[in-house]
Amino acid sequence: MKVAAENLALNIENIRNDFPILKRKVNGYPLVYFDNAATSQTPQQVIDAIVDYYSNYNANIHRGVHTLSQEATDKYEAARKTVQTHFNAAKSHEIIFTSGTTHGINLVASGFASLLEEGDEVIVSALEHHSNIVPWQMLCEKTGALLKVIPMNNEGELVVDKFQQLLSNKTKVVFLNHVSNALGTINPIEKIITEAHKVGAAVLIDGAQAAPHIKADVQALDVDFYVASAHKMCGPTGVGVLYGKEEWLNKLPPYQGGGEMIATVSFEKTTYADLPHKFEAGTPNICGGIAFGVALDYMNAIGFDKIASYEEELLHYGTEKLLKIEGLKIYGTSTKKTAVISFNIEGIHPYDIGTIVDKLGIAVRTGHHCAQPIMDFYKIPGTVRASFLFYNTKEEIDLLVEAVKRAKSMLQ
Amino acid sequence: MNIKEIQQDIIEEFSMFDDWMQRYEYMIELGKSLPLIDEKYKVDENLIKGCQSKVWVHAELEGDKLVFTADSDAIITKGIVAILIRAFSNQHPSDILEADTQFIDEIGLKEHLSPTRANGLVSMIKQLKMYAIAYQTQLD
Repeated sequence: MKVAAENLALNIENIRNDFPILKRKVNGYPLVYFDNAATSQTPQQVIDAIVDYYSNYNANIHRGVHTLSQEATDKYEAARKTVQTHFNAAKSHEIIFTSGTTHGINLVASGFASLLEEGDEVIVSALEHHSNIVPWQMLCEKTGALLKVIPMNNEGELVVDKFQQLLSNKTKVVFLNHVSNALGTINPIEKIITEAHKVGAAVLIDGAQAAPHIKADVQALDVDFYVASAHKMCGPTGVGVLYGKEEWLNKLPPYQGGGEMIATVSFEKTTYADLPHKFEAGTPNICGGIAFGVALDYMNAIGFDKIASYEEELLHYGTEKLLKIEGLKIYGTSTKKTAVISFNIEGIHPYDIGTIVDKLGIAVRTGHHCAQPIMDFYKIPGTVRASFLFYNTKEEIDLLVEAVKRAKSMLQ
Repeated sequence: MNIKEIQQDIIEEFSMFDDWMQRYEYMIELGKSLPLIDEKYKVDENLIKGCQSKVWVHAELEGDKLVFTADSDAIITKGIVAILIRAFSNQHPSDILEADTQFIDEIGLKEHLSPTRANGLVSMIKQLKMYAIAYQTQLD
């Protein structure tokens, strides 16, 4: 065991060297970056890929006959294959590049507008990010469908029994996150997908918070749609993925009109391009897509199993250390969690803690984390959220604990 | 003291500190001395929009002077409000309207706030000035 731990520590040192930003100072202190659930940092390999693209083969894709266009197209489509392999999609055209998770959700929600009728039901979970609530509310307003909510318990887990009671042959879509962004709870999506399919409902899983930690196998899950963002997985901002089963993507109408998504255009009739281009109107984020592929290669080279076990170690360590601070309460206490610790200290506003620890070089997120229903459930204005990724260390957690203690003594 | 003199005092006080941790400690102390709003005025219509933590401000005329009271659920925010109230409270509405807020930049407060908090600060100043406009018309 000890040897394994040492090996891991050695790897972490090498890994940290890949991330130039981790060497910077903030307010005179070495940066401790614990806002990974908002966005992850970028390794040199990904930065190099971005520089390489703009330095050597920047060109528009899919339609040029010239060499640069061909090179860019090849790399972009190779990235699609990398994403396909990563999520184990059956076909590469089931991988749609998006601008991010929110885009993917909106694309699907908007498509369902033509498939739903008044009186149909859609089910959401109580643990959702606003981006996975609002598009579906808009869909319900448009179609007259009814929005139902899977409730949560005090540990921040979904009450699956209640979900089964909500299901009926009226249920057309179920959408929930794989991992809660505010609390880190890993939801039992396998069970939810199986049960939803029994009544013929489609399931969209928002994988934004899960994808940096858990390698989802979309075929094994038998999920209909799975969405994620590159920028939480060591990739650049402004690019993400929508996986959709071919049959579902064929059923949905195009989301945006424009170039790339057409087969033929005349003023009388336009025929749409085949998948995936039907959903990729306009010039895509070419560089972003390519860099996303490099980010996935980077994470897979480290290995998601190793990442998961190391992050679990960080989670346990951080939880134990933080709980020693008197008056500190952790929200989201499920046994199945990613490395997220959402907490408050009795009598202190989370913003105040966030402000003080920032002055000590520590980046955490404070607020409602775009999940106001969860904050309402706990009757709190927000929390301080420390979210870890594989490049973080126990020493950094010690710095957080000391900073929180200092903030507490200042603020009480 | 007029607004300019008070602001000068605040600038001098803040220049005594070596680092921002000390300044925050001072703001927290100021927050504790904030003239608190009467509970009955802690209602939604007195909430300042654009702040991420809750901030309530109430204004009333005492003679020809406008007096502010306030509260917030976050202590550093209370400190920020306290600084503003110290500068603007108990002054004639027309003076409040004419006063600039250069002192905020001089103590470096804005650049040491997160963007959301800096926006909140702007909203607070705007709200104090709105009260001044409203009461100025009463005095006219």
